[in-house]
Amino acid sequence: MKRKAQLMQGNEACVEGAIAAGMRFFAGYPITPSTEIAEISAEKLPCVGGKFIQMEDEIASMAAIIGASLTGLKSMTATSGPGFSLKQENLGYASISEVPCVVVNVQRGGPSTGLPTSPAQGEIMQARWGTHGDHPVIALTPSSVKETFELTIRAFNLAEKYRMPVILLMDEVIGHMRERVELPEISELEIANRKRPGVSKDAYKPYKADEDLIPPMANFGEGYRYHVTGLVHDETGFPSNSSSVADKLVRRLMDKIETHKDDIIQWEEQNTEDADIVIVSIGGVSRASDTAMKMLRAKGLKVGTFRPITVWPFPEKRLQELAERVKTFVVAEMNLGQMVLEVERIIKDKAEIKRVNKVNGEAVYPEEITAVIEEVL
Amino acid sequence: MPSAIVNEYFRTNKLPQIWCPGCGHGIITRAITVAIDKLGFDRDKICVVSGIGCSSRATGYLDFDTLHTTHGRALAFATGVKLANPEMKVIVITGDGDASAIGGNHFIHACRRNIGITTIVFNNNIYGMTGGQYSPTTPKFDKGTTAPYGNIDKAFDIPTLAAAAGATYVGRSTAYHTNLLISLIENGLKNDGFSLIEAVSSCPTYYGRKNKKGSAVDMLEWQKDHAVNISAASKMTPEALEGKFLIGEFKNSPEPEYTSEYQKIIDRFIKE
Amino acid sequence: MNSNETVTEKLTINENWCKGCGICVKFCPKKVLGLEHDKVKIVDIDKCIQCGQCELRCPDYAIYVRGK
Repeated sequence: MKRKAQLMQGNEACVEGAIAAGMRFFAGYPITPSTEIAEISAEKLPCVGGKFIQMEDEIASMAAIIGASLTGLKSMTATSGPGFSLKQENLGYASISEVPCVVVNVQRGGPSTGLPTSPAQGEIMQARWGTHGDHPVIALTPSSVKETFELTIRAFNLAEKYRMPVILLMDEVIGHMRERVELPEISELEIANRKRPGVSKDAYKPYKADEDLIPPMANFGEGYRYHVTGLVHDETGFPSNSSSVADKLVRRLMDKIETHKDDIIQWEEQNTEDADIVIVSIGGVSRASDTAMKMLRAKGLKVGTFRPITVWPFPEKRLQELAERVKTFVVAEMNLGQMVLEVERIIKDKAEIKRVNKVNGEAVYPEEITAVIEEVL
Repeated sequence: MPSAIVNEYFRTNKLPQIWCPGCGHGIITRAITVAIDKLGFDRDKICVVSGIGCSSRATGYLDFDTLHTTHGRALAFATGVKLANPEMKVIVITGDGDASAIGGNHFIHACRRNIGITTIVFNNNIYGMTGGQYSPTTPKFDKGTTAPYGNIDKAFDIPTLAAAAGATYVGRSTAYHTNLLISLIENGLKNDGFSLIEAVSSCPTYYGRKNKKGSAVDMLEWQKDHAVNISAASKMTPEALEGKFLIGEFKNSPEPEYTSEYQKIIDRFIKE
Repeated sequence: MNSNETVTEKLTINENWCKGCGICVKFCPKKVLGLEHDKVKIVDIDKCIQCGQCELRCPDYAIYVRGK
């Protein structure tokens, strides 16, 4: 069963997905090109008994969703470039305190105020390393309106399952694009919820992880009366200066994602079976990559595409496999070379790597990709 | 075996606390628990949120749901907790730097929204945790490690700031005037909206030493001698008030609380 | 933690928590308390009227009035 087909914007699909996933709290601050996500959340949340608040800035918005999530509500904030910079402080807090939440960044041109209404992908590395210290990151990159709906749900599911902030890394192309979509019935969706404590309130240790490295999570207000801090803490949640506690915590946070990579990582590839050349791109750029591939295939060239759906963690293993056979990878992105650094790190000298980069505020055109490929041949 | 109050509301296995000998913060923290005890709140429905700094370490000692956040952001986290679960009594413990410098914006907006949070600012006029730098409440010409020649900034008056920004309950007391402090916190907690209580603390280690204020005892004596209750102040001459500061209840004017107002919007769509 | 407690009928002192700031000593209206080796000490328990001023202002929760 499918709901009626509708014409929908990427930002709108994000809110639809969030509410379907169970979002009941949104805190945000207006910023182009993500503002529609706040506007639509403000309109829809009270209708399902949820809460919306426009905070005084992006730092506060990030803080508020962490507070709300601690009481048990699935929470989200949305922003763009400059706002994403401000979120970094409390993104780190959510990482170390293991509070599930979703942070949407609809990327625009930077640095600084940059190009507010134009697309870019300049925050691929910021999404990975934006907040200080070692921390795990999950970042999902939708390339269509329908996928924005699906990945927003997945972002909530991963956040809840792994007790961490999950970034939905959109770009302006996807956020503002309108497409015809048929959304599935809510009952057909797979929805994950945080793992609940299985011990008595007195015995509960908020940061004592199970074998899967994920600690069960109690909600504030339920009588567990536990402590949450951004300081390095032991299993009880209280701060510790012990070097062994610090080492154990930070390694567990990283291993929590590392050991579940196969569950988390997703990608899409087309025509890679016989490809000599593979175009690697994410989000809005992958739409140009698809067209470029078709144009070149029509000319008889063996071209495929590889699209990480989780840009973090990066689909490293699959790319390595492809590198055994593929002669050239063309990495196309709306920045001056960020994802290509990861591709280079993974492939090393097993294949040739070419770049297509654009930072003028325009989307990447298929012809810009085909031109680079035709140069190779 | 600690006292009944301490045994009931503190995580006694975390004591003694880390504060320096004679620091006023311990007095104020206990005062908060006495006020809670008087009101008989369900302790499972209390959340205490703090930022960063000496004052903000208080949350670790209190046996409630406690949230020790990032510098200046306690009120923003607390706003999320309160709006998400309005059943909870939310208390913010913050310092002068945490609340009025790095957290100044969150502070005025929490006041403006009149959200049901009781905020207690532990004002010791200095950044203690980092070793004695001047704060927004360091009196003009006083010294800090970053004001070696005297501070030329004008100080904030936190209650005046809160009242102007829209807090509906505002008061000030001192670590010395502990019973008044307890009653102000109690009244603040009774107010549905945003309450601000400034608790004048004392930092003998940094502010006191830098400014030759004497021992911890001397600093409490100074509070005793220089604080004037607002009810008494109205009968005093300007000359008599010279060099004094006011304590007491400065504002008590309830207005509709933020999360209740939001609930009215939800109720338009969801009928139980 | 309770190995160094002084328990009297009127007051309890936990020397382990006492940091010797002297606040209770100074503000005790009956001069019941003193300091010895940087710890609070009962000097004259007979004078204690259990007013609670010490407990009210002890920053370290190291002294309290019994039965209150």
